[in-house]
Amino acid sequence: MAAFIAWVLVLAIAAYACAGGTDYGAGFWDLLAGGAERGRRPRWLIDHAMAPVWEANNVWLIFVLVIMWTGFPTMFQAVFSAMWLPLALAAVGLVLRGAGFALRKPTRRLAQRRIYGAVFAISSLLTPFFLGTVLGGIAAGRVKVGTTASADAWANGTSVLVGLLAVAATAFLGAVFLCSDALRYGADDLVDYFRLRALIAFAAVVVLALIGLPVTRNDAGYVRDGLTGGPGLLLIILAAVCGLATVLLLWRRSYGGSRYTSVASVALTVGAWGFAQRPYVLPTSLTVAEAAGAAHTLRWLVIVTAIAIVLVGPALVLLYRLATMGELEELTDADTRAAGVPGDNL
Amino acid sequence: MLSTAALLANDAPAQLLPARELMAFTLASHILLVPFGVALPFITLLMHHRALRRNNPVALTLARRWSAVMAVQFAIGIVTGTVLSFEFGLLWPGMMGRWGDVFGLGFGVEAWAFFLEAVLIAIYLYGWRRLKPWTHFWLAVPLPLAALMGAFGIIAANSWMNTPQGFSLDAQGKPVHVDVRQAVFTPIFGPEYWHFVVAMLLTAGYVVAGVYAVGWLRGRRDRYHRLGFTVPFTVAAILTPVQFMLGDSAARAVFHKQPIKFAAMEIVWKTDTHVPEYMFGRLHPDGTISGGLKIPQLDSVLAGFSTKTKVTGLSSVAASDRPTATQATIAHWAFDIMVTIGSALILLALWYAWSWWRHRDNPGSRWFYRCAAIAGIACLVTVECGWITTEVGRQPWIVYHHMRVSEAVTSTGAGALWAMFGIVMAVYVAVFGAFLAVVLKMRTRWRIADEGSAAVHAELPPEADTPYGPRSEPEPSAAGAPPAGGSDHTPGGAS
Repeated sequence: MAAFIAWVLVLAIAAYACAGGTDYGAGFWDLLAGGAERGRRPRWLIDHAMAPVWEANNVWLIFVLVIMWTGFPTMFQAVFSAMWLPLALAAVGLVLRGAGFALRKPTRRLAQRRIYGAVFAISSLLTPFFLGTVLGGIAAGRVKVGTTASADAWANGTSVLVGLLAVAATAFLGAVFLCSDALRYGADDLVDYFRLRALIAFAAVVVLALIGLPVTRNDAGYVRDGLTGGPGLLLIILAAVCGLATVLLLWRRSYGGSRYTSVASVALTVGAWGFAQRPYVLPTSLTVAEAAGAAHTLRWLVIVTAIAIVLVGPALVLLYRLATMGELEELTDADTRAAGVPGDNL
Repeated sequence: MLSTAALLANDAPAQLLPARELMAFTLASHILLVPFGVALPFITLLMHHRALRRNNPVALTLARRWSAVMAVQFAIGIVTGTVLSFEFGLLWPGMMGRWGDVFGLGFGVEAWAFFLEAVLIAIYLYGWRRLKPWTHFWLAVPLPLAALMGAFGIIAANSWMNTPQGFSLDAQGKPVHVDVRQAVFTPIFGPEYWHFVVAMLLTAGYVVAGVYAVGWLRGRRDRYHRLGFTVPFTVAAILTPVQFMLGDSAARAVFHKQPIKFAAMEIVWKTDTHVPEYMFGRLHPDGTISGGLKIPQLDSVLAGFSTKTKVTGLSSVAASDRPTATQATIAHWAFDIMVTIGSALILLALWYAWSWWRHRDNPGSRWFYRCAAIAGIACLVTVECGWITTEVGRQPWIVYHHMRVSEAVTSTGAGALWAMFGIVMAVYVAVFGAFLAVVLKMRTRWRIADEGSAAVHAELPPEADTPYGPRSEPEPSAAGAPPAGGSDHTPGGAS
């Protein structure tokens, strides 16, 4: 049962990496879109593509936390004690990001939109970085039960590398999704714009992964071995194939399947990490079985999860379907009958 | 007595104070948004239903505008809520590490319900233009139910902290034999849950109605303001007496299940019968009470319907196991303010009911609208007070009788926590300030539109424009001109 919950946790992390990651990536490209004039169109697209889904995408993170503390309370305690600073910074980043995005939309004054936009974009970069460093630190075996908060746990080669990888992967996902969004919204010029960026981001992922090979040799031996052999390696190869397929699809300008392959490559990478870390939740010090909470709770966690999938699944499918069919559009001033006030520049 | 207090202060780790303050601050901020997350969808759907059923364009405008506010509010609520789940780990790892598997499932239920809410709210907010009117409405109907489910999870977790059960302890004091059903349905759960849900509906109703009460006082007495006031106010007014009964039963549940918290709420020092009720007043560490209004016998009567009811006093347990005199005074004041405001709201609801019974109309008095305008803010105050009562009244326990707050706190140094507190405070002040500014700006824009086009609209049949479907964005100068349907994508970043 504990192993099953551990896989549910890995799946939730994968879902957050893909759904939330796409949004972070959109924020990343928002940051690099340039000044108000030059970045106007990409930002418009990012706003429209993200708006209906970003809240739902964000909730995956709450599941990750809930499954951690309900299923593996000791692990939760250890991680939040040892990784205090990056997690605190990620939390602050989450507030700034959500607030920046939510408040930018109804704001009309250019100066204010700039501030909210910058806050949103910068925290879109920092939040996945810090969450990545936490995963890196865990993979490197720097979190043990009783480890107190220290820079050593997360300011090391592996952590920083995983943080950067997280940023690059989100940028990749974001750009791939924005390609098809641009197509859907009829913004043909933006299709090529994001196509180029998706390719660059993929190159960055590859470079970082290659740098990772020597960096992790001494630092994260256990997980590294898991990723370079056995089922971990198999999933990594599949992830690489999916990544390459995405590049190929983008190259040939067939955008239909590229979203699925890009998501698959990220999800498979997370899955590979799950395999590589077996049987530990905290590599080489705490196994899944040792960390598991009460059996009765785990059983109920499965039941609640199953019921929830039945309830939430169809709604989520409906949301994504409506979103991709372009049925979801935000209210305009005409719908709520609003008028401009003096001083609004947009 | 003083030396015990000093001893306790020395005992407490230095990071306890900032951790507590940070948690209190973030929760106090988040809880102000909760009524709208839980109840605004319900009130908006009521208005939406009226709009569709009676083909009422004014109601439709109101529902749309409320949903535009809901969009911003929900987004801010999601981020402040996410911060709270981080803080369980960042501030209270001791509690989550030991008890996470006992009481954490409630949060699981909440997270799923919240997920459903986020999905449905996205469909609702972005479905106005393209979905068929009734399809759009029905897709949103599960929203209030999802909100109730989310509240269920959170209150289950909180009520477990108040009356923990569903486990036994092994030789090392670790919880074993967890029974989830018992851990979810704890003795205080029922009273706490219904009191909370009704409080949320009440607050959202009074706050929304208050906005239009202010408009009415400023002379805007059109159908728009009348409807915007009447629907939410009626919901709140009906629930006010219900809430009074629920609150009373919740207090009695505390009397039975958490006697020391009840003693703090009522500043009862010595276990006794014929206990007087103090309205406000201040408890001193030696058990004396200064100030306040003393009503003989009343506390015993309220607790058990008889002057002979024995009420447990604070001094019945060791000083280290009960709230300090200051904490008891805080809980007592919060409780009394909540009860006082609740009683005043009953009078307001009665006024409204009387007027409808006699005149089939809202009261005409300006004083009624003044009170209605204040009622919203007063309700937000009671929400804070209710939460302070239950949390401060539980001190020094984070898990009642099983874990002290000081045992749960993180080992991260006080300095880091104070720094984090400073950052979070600055960020929250900015975020909430910006949120308020955005909502007020939306209101101004709507008002200008209503006033500016009122004359033109009078000449046109009401809502000549189709309320649903794609529409153009009219130029401000052409407001009221027959709309040209067609292009529905604004090409620039003007949205």
